[in-house]
Amino acid sequence: MSEHKGVVPGLLKGLATTARTMTRHTSTQEYPDVRPELPPRSRGVIALLAENCTSCMLCARECPDWCIYIDAHKETIPAATPGGRDRQRNVLDRFAIDYSLCMYCGICVEVCPFDALFWSPQFEYAELDIRDLLHEKDRLGGWMDSVPAPAALDSGAADPAEVTAQRAPARPARVIRRSPAGAPE
Amino acid sequence: MSTLEVILRAAGLLAAFLLLPLLVGQTEHKVMAHMQGRLGPMYAGGFHGWAQLVADGAKFVQKEDIVPAAADKRLFRLAPALALIPYLVALAAIPVHPGFAVADLPGGALFVLAATSVGILGTLVAGWASANKYALIGAMRSAAQLIAYELPLALAVASVTLAAGTLSLGGIIEAWKPWWLLWQLPGALVFLVAAVAELQRPPFDMPIADAEIVFGPYTEYTGLRFAFFLLAEYGGIVVMSLLFSTLYLGGWRGPFDDLAGWAWTLLKGFVIALLLIWIRVSWPRLREDQLQRFAWLTLIPLALLQLAVTAVGVVLMGGSS
Repeated sequence: MSEHKGVVPGLLKGLATTARTMTRHTSTQEYPDVRPELPPRSRGVIALLAENCTSCMLCARECPDWCIYIDAHKETIPAATPGGRDRQRNVLDRFAIDYSLCMYCGICVEVCPFDALFWSPQFEYAELDIRDLLHEKDRLGGWMDSVPAPAALDSGAADPAEVTAQRAPARPARVIRRSPAGAPE
Repeated sequence: MSTLEVILRAAGLLAAFLLLPLLVGQTEHKVMAHMQGRLGPMYAGGFHGWAQLVADGAKFVQKEDIVPAAADKRLFRLAPALALIPYLVALAAIPVHPGFAVADLPGGALFVLAATSVGILGTLVAGWASANKYALIGAMRSAAQLIAYELPLALAVASVTLAAGTLSLGGIIEAWKPWWLLWQLPGALVFLVAAVAELQRPPFDMPIADAEIVFGPYTEYTGLRFAFFLLAEYGGIVVMSLLFSTLYLGGWRGPFDDLAGWAWTLLKGFVIALLLIWIRVSWPRLREDQLQRFAWLTLIPLALLQLAVTAVGVVLMGGSS
């Protein structure tokens, strides 16, 4: 062993490293007693804001393992003004995610055009039976409370679209001019 | 020595043999954890997991005692006792307090060496009787290892007995002088390395090598018999640590040793046990042939050199030491 240069220094270095580690704070987080410090934007569970959902089915269609179940029906909203047109609206009956299938890819969150799905850092939803991991709309909605507020915009960034729209001067009502012939221009 | 005293001494020895390895084991749990940036056991017993090993013991007792169908059943059942009892016997001969050892033997050094050498047979028998190829490979490794460390161990102890002019462990402690720390330093290092190899602990745990051969000779063991092997390992640490402090650190010698001699013995032994744990955490496992090479090219020449240096010292001092 002695013909190897650096065996003894290496051994001493190993001893020094472990001794130094012993004098420092441990990195263990005592989880059930102390809440873990999760990094921001932790992907714990997918929460649903049902009010924003239009039952467009984009999430269900993009889901790689088809773990999202959506049932909806159409309701007719009677016209608000006399002579107006009745409108139709999708009403969400069922929105369920099967977390025994979900692989936490987050494609549904990305693809939702109406901001109805969010990542929540909540992770304590283990079950004793795999069949109990199919969570319905109310359970998914309950996790909305734990969704963190979106990160503040960069100081140099442009204002959000909503703010810009608020500040813009009111646009004049559109006037439709009619030509003398009576036909629209 | 009356019958009552014999019984009391034996009971005290058994209590110490059951308690001290637990202390070392718990220390290893916590020290190793903190050396790796972890906390170790925190729940059992309430305060920093002090009862973890008691809980482990309770778990081992409840487990099913399985003997493989192809095993040599009598040997398989006998092996844990064969590994455990030699260390119990060896512990009896180690002096703990001025004028007190459980069994004060005139040839204590020889007796302890002989007794601890029997412990390895437990590993060999377990490996053979298990009828399992991993267990057999582990047993063969420990047999190979045995050749590598027994000779340096015996030579290192021979040097100390030569210096002290006695084979009695109590006599060695009485003859010990602080400057022996320097005089016997090479022998002490050889003894320490050989002791780690005898205990089959990292960096010399090739017979067990859980990453390579499952768990070596202990692969087929469960429950209480497995716990006995673990107890033998930690009992071995206790014996080897106390033996090291007896031979090289002056055992019970220290300030107020006629009152606190036993405390000095335990303290010195504990420091050596800590060193063994520290080595385990810090260094990687060697290969079997590397240990052979290290033993024959470094340990044995070093031990022989130490023997020569000791002999010259003894002659120069005219046997006054």
